[in-house]
Amino acid sequence: MTANIIIATVLVHLFTALLQLTFWRKTITQRVLSVAGSLTGFAFALGLFERVRTGPILTMNAANWEAPFGIVFVADQLSVTFVLLTAIVALAVSIFSATGVGRARMLYGYFPIFHFLIMGLNGAFLTGDIFNLYVWFEVIIISSFVLLTLGGRKAQLEGAVKYMALNILASTFFLTGIGILYGITGSLNMADLSQKIQWVENQAIINLTAMFFLIGFGIKAALFPLYFWLPSSYHTPPSAVAAVFGGLLTKVGIYGFFRVFTLIFVPDDFIKAVLMGIAVMTILTGAFGAIIKDNIRRIFSYLIVCHLGFVIGGLALFTKIAFIGAVFYLIHDIMVKTNLFLMAGLIRHLRGTMNMSKLGGLYAQYPKLSLLMAVVLFSLAGIPPLSGFWPKVYLFDGGYQGNDYLYIGGIIIGSFITLYLVARIWSEVFWKRAATDDFVVDRFKSLQWHRKTLLVLPICLLACSSLFIGLNAEYIIQIADKIAGEMADPSPYIEAVLGK
Amino acid sequence: MKSTILQTATRYLHPILLLFSVFLLLRGHYFPGGGFVGGLVASIAFVLHSVAYGTHSSMKILRYKPLSMIPIGLGVASLSMFLPVFFGYPVMTGLWLDDPVPVIGTVGTALFFDIGVYLVVIGVVLTILFTISLETH
Repeated sequence: MTANIIIATVLVHLFTALLQLTFWRKTITQRVLSVAGSLTGFAFALGLFERVRTGPILTMNAANWEAPFGIVFVADQLSVTFVLLTAIVALAVSIFSATGVGRARMLYGYFPIFHFLIMGLNGAFLTGDIFNLYVWFEVIIISSFVLLTLGGRKAQLEGAVKYMALNILASTFFLTGIGILYGITGSLNMADLSQKIQWVENQAIINLTAMFFLIGFGIKAALFPLYFWLPSSYHTPPSAVAAVFGGLLTKVGIYGFFRVFTLIFVPDDFIKAVLMGIAVMTILTGAFGAIIKDNIRRIFSYLIVCHLGFVIGGLALFTKIAFIGAVFYLIHDIMVKTNLFLMAGLIRHLRGTMNMSKLGGLYAQYPKLSLLMAVVLFSLAGIPPLSGFWPKVYLFDGGYQGNDYLYIGGIIIGSFITLYLVARIWSEVFWKRAATDDFVVDRFKSLQWHRKTLLVLPICLLACSSLFIGLNAEYIIQIADKIAGEMADPSPYIEAVLGK
Repeated sequence: MKSTILQTATRYLHPILLLFSVFLLLRGHYFPGGGFVGGLVASIAFVLHSVAYGTHSSMKILRYKPLSMIPIGLGVASLSMFLPVFFGYPVMTGLWLDDPVPVIGTVGTALFFDIGVYLVVIGVVLTILFTISLETH
């Protein structure tokens, strides 16, 4: 069945980037095109989401080659949910970029590269071919590397080198894993692999290959032993870039985990134990790393690491209820983490710094903005009925059913530290009397009203999404339940792709 | 550094290399060759010219900035990828004319994809090399 709508979001961002390349030095046109492109992309993503939510899994054989031989694009509930979240983030960030990114960066192609990055993300979520997934990962890495280094400050280059070195290492592991997998089974199609891998006699080599994927995706998702590239690079680029990175880039690694470790490798007890160990250590190191930081963007970077541990733990439990928790947490996390970095950018506009020791008095001066940011911070901490609360219920439930008290302990410690950090940020940034009023550089006040709107609107948009997720949790749980069903039993996916 | 031998040789080699690059581009679908190799050979022709006559005169014979070839090439490739959608096929399906065109052979969307790649490769290689050589002078 051909459903070209599947890759509409990919094409929209491709053509947006192309149009922007032809308007190379006209930054105003690029800004308009960027927002228009993201809006169109969002419309297509929403259409695709609704179609898959109410109907069957859609597939498209690229270039009309039959499924196991050609590259197939598959839109199941997991993919389209990620595509929709990507579209929301892309829309918010492209609106924010219109004023939040300097003109010098735009002249060097900030917007086209941004849209190539979004195109890569969409492609990665939709492809049903493991080698094609690798190719999309490369598209993402190359674009993100350009976005990270645009501007060329020393701190940026330092962060970018760490980022690039570790991500290339991850790609190498990933590619090696694909090579071995192809050598064993002779297929690259994920649905086909899922079937053929059961017939392989030497299951030890399958587990070895699984470890390659685990290391590759683990580095990309910034999990425990090799997470340090993330906090040391995410605080350097402009906040709009950091928001896309924080919201989406590590989640591609998580998506890889979800896809590969439910469809191709069904984890045995050993891999589950490894994943669980990694998850708990990730939660602890991320949380403890965040405590000692003063710069709010560094705190948020460590919190990304910490909260990814929750999700991987949900995967490691490998029960349906834990899947629901993990998926719900991801949906919540993408919205909130993107918004946190946009908020950090806004705070920088308001105060000229992101160090907590120098900040203060925001609540006295901007009460409405502070309340808006409070919604985001409280969602992050998981205060009921906001969005961070519901997935933890499911993760706890999954943990108790699996008798995994270590993981439950990890979640409790991680959540408490998050709560502590939220309280600290609230008191230091918003409540504390501003100590050094003379040095405050308020670039926000002097902006024209439409520029102010462009900075605040995306934060509003994402905060509303967070509120929607929290207050309309039943709907999200239905979605998460459908995704968890797909993860627990991949046979409809295989049937849709291979048609048997 | 002006060398008469190199300049004379370039005068003959430059058109031959360009012709050869087009030859590689056209035979690429079924035989070794294609847009990537063709583009590299074409950019070698211009690099040779810039070594012999200087970067400024090569930019003059190119007429357009190499940078502007990148969006054109990407556009041609993307459109050839998108064209099958109008005929109700999946994206990237190869569409072919029924009768072969003399000299070129059978024309299809794959050829236009290759032409796009050809332009992008020339654009990227020359942008990088010309930027470096103008910086060093």
